[in-house]
Amino acid sequence: MSKKQKKVIIRIAVSAVLLITFGITEHFIELKWYVALPMFLIPYLIAGYDVLWKAVRNIAHGQVFDENFLMAIATIGALGTQQFDEAVFVMLFYQVGEFFQSAAVAKSRKSISDLMDICPDYANIEKDGEIIQVDPEEVNIDDIIIIKPGEKIPLDGVIIDGTTSINTVALTGESLPKDADVGDTVTSGCVNMSGLIRVRVTSEFGESTVTKILELIEESSSNKAASEDFITRFAKYYTPTVVISAVVLALLPPIILGGGFTTWLTRALTFLVISCPCALVISIPLTFFGGIGGASKKGILVKGSCYLEELAKCEIAVFDKTGTLTEGSFEVTAVHPNKYDEDKMLEYCVLAEGFSDHPIAKSVKKYYGKEIDFSRINAAQEIPGHGIKADIEGHTVLAGNGRLMENFGVEYHECHKIGTILHMAVDGVYAGHIVISDKIKTGSENMIRTLKTLGCKTVMLTGDKDNIGKAVAAKLGIDEVHTQLLPADKVNIVEKLFSEKSEKGRLLFSGDGINDAPVLSRADVGIAMGGIGSDASIEAADIVIMDDDISKIGTAMGISKRTLKIVKQNIVFALGIKILFLILGAFGIANMWMAVFADVGVSVIAILNAMRALKVK
Amino acid sequence: MKKTYKLIDLECANCAAKMENAIKKIDGVENAKVSFMTQKLTIEADESAIDGIIKEAAAICKRIEPDCKIVF
Repeated sequence: MSKKQKKVIIRIAVSAVLLITFGITEHFIELKWYVALPMFLIPYLIAGYDVLWKAVRNIAHGQVFDENFLMAIATIGALGTQQFDEAVFVMLFYQVGEFFQSAAVAKSRKSISDLMDICPDYANIEKDGEIIQVDPEEVNIDDIIIIKPGEKIPLDGVIIDGTTSINTVALTGESLPKDADVGDTVTSGCVNMSGLIRVRVTSEFGESTVTKILELIEESSSNKAASEDFITRFAKYYTPTVVISAVVLALLPPIILGGGFTTWLTRALTFLVISCPCALVISIPLTFFGGIGGASKKGILVKGSCYLEELAKCEIAVFDKTGTLTEGSFEVTAVHPNKYDEDKMLEYCVLAEGFSDHPIAKSVKKYYGKEIDFSRINAAQEIPGHGIKADIEGHTVLAGNGRLMENFGVEYHECHKIGTILHMAVDGVYAGHIVISDKIKTGSENMIRTLKTLGCKTVMLTGDKDNIGKAVAAKLGIDEVHTQLLPADKVNIVEKLFSEKSEKGRLLFSGDGINDAPVLSRADVGIAMGGIGSDASIEAADIVIMDDDISKIGTAMGISKRTLKIVKQNIVFALGIKILFLILGAFGIANMWMAVFADVGVSVIAILNAMRALKVK
Repeated sequence: MKKTYKLIDLECANCAAKMENAIKKIDGVENAKVSFMTQKLTIEADESAIDGIIKEAAAICKRIEPDCKIVF
């Protein structure tokens, strides 16, 4: 707790004790007003001297109709109509509310600044055999920096010496450290955990990931959501309207109905206290900040509260297949031997493909994972569009597609699995086949299910073959699929989908952000995956998922819906209570005590409700 | 050029919006932003004019929220 907050608490406590004491005294002993007024003025001034001062000062600066002004005239009015305890209580409760507000704001600011903690302070460079610390901004591309265990990685680069594990939690929300070796890229803002590494810098500080992310978080508050704008505009007209209504309420009825001037003045003051729009003005932006902060804790960067609002309204979710729903790298997904055992067949295959650089050969070698004894390969010949014919220790090995088998008169059979099939034959006899396909990301299925339960229609677009695309869509339970598309077709289909959704509904698109840029910018909400290291996607998208965890799209949508729900609750709750009490106040049913609840009580409840947005499970 | 300043004791979100609008209207300011959450003021303006602009901005902040100060 800050010094300032402590001071406020002491003032509130002292004033409250005095108020209770004087209140009880007044209850038992009839006090003349000239005795009671100075008595109650003590706790009144202790609690509210700064409010009065601010009200006067702001009027001098031309800032009328702010909350200080409302509180000052309401309480002075109450004192004037000899409602001394009410006046003190209003001021006291107002300060309690203010205290809660500033505590809530401080807490959200803290969580945002924790997020900003990723900014590195220095970089180590070697000069004349000595390690010196310099400002990261002074480091140029291709400079070598040294990062010790426990230090933040100051700039993006490639490891040229050393191995370590890297903690990416600040950027991705993923708490499991990532191993990194020579040749691996490291991202600024992460923390080097275990070993000393030397890194060749690949981008200047101003262009580095950490700078981009920090800019993005800072700027997120300037993209305001429609409901936030509404409240700002609302408050602009609301306060003057209420003040004028209060004046009318104080003057008109006594003139028309005659007499009862004090009664109507009291009602007008009550009316004023109720009317203060603080609950809305502070709680709505606070809720959005909370939502954005909560999302960033999960490694989801939202570029502004407007996108959080749009995301919650999404009715159609469109996905690119390769690289988004699937890994985008080819992997061996099945080995079906026909003659030998799996290991033996795989060994033949790897030897045959040993010298090849074809993506299929690479994926087979990766799956095999062991050293290849190249001396066993007597000869290998690549037959373009068919496969490979090789001589392995005197055996003729064929590895390729169905056409290769047909050409050499080998009898083979097709596979029921979807993907690219690599058939094998040894000495003219069919040996089996290997299925190579793009793997579906682990979180995809879950994410699609989450979106469906949240009422979203799911669509998949792909340039891939019809049977592969349909198989992936069926496995994930996607509602609609379009295959064999060119980039231009994707835009057309998205345009068509736009006409399918309802007026208020929104369309979300998620892709890798590079070849999908036109669609990403056409969609209401563009979500890019794997923001780390991919500048293009960070810039084109509205929401960036920092790691490759696709299931976080579902998380993001959950957060956005929840945030919007809290915003709506607060608007309905605060306005509802206020309007109700305004009517009651105008007819003299609600007294000053109830008015204070309608103002400060509602504010505090709305703020506490807003704070919930920050908590993300 | 773009310059960022820290704001101390910025306590009211509505005031932050008022400051932003007023600072945008200062002569020579291309763009300005007041972030309530990060308590920062960003001004885009010509380098030679920035000293004068920031003084004017400080006066605006003082008028709107007297306790709030710009660190520069």
